[in-house]
Amino acid sequence: MNLQQLNQISESVQEKHGSCLKRVGVCCGAGCISSGSTAVVDSLKSAVKAKGLEDKVEIFPTGCMGACNQGPLVKVDTFNETIYQKVDAENAVQIIEQHVLQDQVIPSMLLFSDSDPEPKVRADENSFFQKQVKVVLENCGLVNPESIEEAIHAGSYMALHKVLTSMKQEEVIYEIKKSGLRGRGGAGYLTGLKWGIVAKFQNAIKYVVCNGDEGDPGAFMDRSVLEGDPHRVLEGMLIGGYAVGAGKGYLYVRAEYPLAIKRFEQAVKQARSFGFLGKNIFETNFEFDVEIRVGAGAFVCGEETALVASIEGKRGVPRPRPPYPAESGLWGKPTLINNVETFANVPPIILSGHHWFSKIGTSKSTGTKVFALTGKINHTGLIEVPMGTTLREIIFELGGGVPEGKRFKAAQTGGPSGGCIPAQFLDTKVDYENLVSLGSIMGSGGLIVMDESSCMVEVARYFMEFCMDESCGKCVPCRVGTKQMHDLLNKICQGEAASSDLELLEALAPMVKETSLCGLGMTAPNPLLSTLRYFREEYRAHIIEKRCPAGVCKMKTAQNKKKARV
Amino acid sequence: MSSGLNRLTDLEKPATEDARLKRIQTALKRYDARPDALIEILHIVEESYGYVPLWMMALLAKEMKVPPSRIYGVVTFYHFFSLKPKGEHTCVVCTGTACHVRGSQRVLNDIEDEFSVRAGETTPDGKLGLQTARCLGCCSLGPVTVIDNEIIPKSEPEKIVALIHEKAGI
Repeated sequence: MNLQQLNQISESVQEKHGSCLKRVGVCCGAGCISSGSTAVVDSLKSAVKAKGLEDKVEIFPTGCMGACNQGPLVKVDTFNETIYQKVDAENAVQIIEQHVLQDQVIPSMLLFSDSDPEPKVRADENSFFQKQVKVVLENCGLVNPESIEEAIHAGSYMALHKVLTSMKQEEVIYEIKKSGLRGRGGAGYLTGLKWGIVAKFQNAIKYVVCNGDEGDPGAFMDRSVLEGDPHRVLEGMLIGGYAVGAGKGYLYVRAEYPLAIKRFEQAVKQARSFGFLGKNIFETNFEFDVEIRVGAGAFVCGEETALVASIEGKRGVPRPRPPYPAESGLWGKPTLINNVETFANVPPIILSGHHWFSKIGTSKSTGTKVFALTGKINHTGLIEVPMGTTLREIIFELGGGVPEGKRFKAAQTGGPSGGCIPAQFLDTKVDYENLVSLGSIMGSGGLIVMDESSCMVEVARYFMEFCMDESCGKCVPCRVGTKQMHDLLNKICQGEAASSDLELLEALAPMVKETSLCGLGMTAPNPLLSTLRYFREEYRAHIIEKRCPAGVCKMKTAQNKKKARV
Repeated sequence: MSSGLNRLTDLEKPATEDARLKRIQTALKRYDARPDALIEILHIVEESYGYVPLWMMALLAKEMKVPPSRIYGVVTFYHFFSLKPKGEHTCVVCTGTACHVRGSQRVLNDIEDEFSVRAGETTPDGKLGLQTARCLGCCSLGPVTVIDNEIIPKSEPEKIVALIHEKAGI
């Protein structure tokens, strides 16, 4: 494979697109598939066939288009970008007959037509899309993720060609360092710095690991990227491999994501047959190959040392750091571990340069962040916004606010390691530092909106139960601490706690935070601490008044107890 | 867990070889019986048998030349592997945060009450296995339930209970 061949592939795809009357993309992300989009694909295809237009109208699957709640979504004509929502096998035919053949838009089926009195013909005019800046997701929802030719046409492997043919390893690392890209898995460590550490070990076998163990409940960014644009992740891993001098990469992905596994496997196979994996890539001496490792349902495996153990086929138990995996990782060799979204950011940085990238976002948190917007919010789905966008913009402009006229109560970020941010901080600009100062973390990008019907004590109990179950049991503070904190929170939720229990909790939480071995234990008290900080009156109501203000917790009041005895 | 270990006969490989065992042997060959492929192979075992039998752990230990305790340790560490056979039909209720705030607990409670089975267990007749999942990544469509690998978005307790009756024939 060389540049000329790459361009040829791209041109032939362009020609094919040009000969099409219309191209119709059907969202085949896991969300839309579970809403029935495969039947929509079949129906569209047979409608086109019935008209004898197979060569003129292309029906193809795409990755996630974003507005998962309104699925299945169908996008007609990638130029005008009209999106139809809640399409089923029957009204899909209408799209072919009216829009594709007669250029007539169907207003009643347009995206958000059930809530917007003036639904938009051009999907990107919706407030849901207007503030979004797509870097990681630029191809997601536009290209067919099952075709490497389409990916090449969209620009995949151009960055790889650039680094292999015109950049030295240190130049690649410099570019990433200067871009200010920080790890998108949650901790926000400077990516270029990590690459530099791994690269400095000379003459060693090294590995690249892509962490796709997206364990935070309520987060599906990595899943969507792997499903919607697998070649970009693969390209990012290849560039990382070249920069640090590794010859082998692993993608570690959750077993709960069968579609992401399938699409990535397919991408690897295609890349191998096109010569992007294997020996002499782009006619250079660089060689690289990738293997997929499927997780088996253990949250702690998202922690990098536990992840290394799991790839080695062992129990996913973390070990003390240092040494960091960058020095001693897989089988004791220097290992570069980055998150899926981090790798997906690499090709555009290489192609457009660090100046372009560092202009997006804030000075300390550059670029964009993909969020999974869920919970009590009108437009749930997948979004990508520049760092520094405020929570208010994300929740009320993109997300369309809280449904049923209810009052916004808190935004939960960072999953079981994060915290709950109350209404008074809605104007905070979202970046790594600001979220930490509010007692939460950026995390991998799950953003769950809660309204007045959620009880914050119960939310803290829910996350503590999660951490208690998922604690691997290796270190005492986490194993015993999460259990004790959970039992105390349970007592509060049942109205059986005394004020002294709250004091005990407040003593226990910082202790677990400071003394646990790995990130799981160190962050497990965060949901508890942040709800205590902002919603203390709810704890008080449970403990002193024996009542749950949100009406969620079932109190074992004195009366109920009497009844139970009788 | 220990009750299973007491029955030493469980450690003996069944006399007849079948397609399932062949699948495992092929996988072992493909991975060169490398111990680092243990989890990959256990996934195939779980898929083929519906659980990881004790004799299988003994067999894998022998093939990979690692102590059986290592295999047992891995099987019991990860949620995906089970020591007991699963039900004929499976129902998985997602208890991720997004599904939780949208009422997945009520879905779970109703199923538990209706079929007298607790999460993580199988009904005595072996018809229905009930499980929970941490997050299936379909958070926009919560609460999500999976019945026999079919994802049911925006699950309502009554509908799910009715659907299980229909699918499992109980």
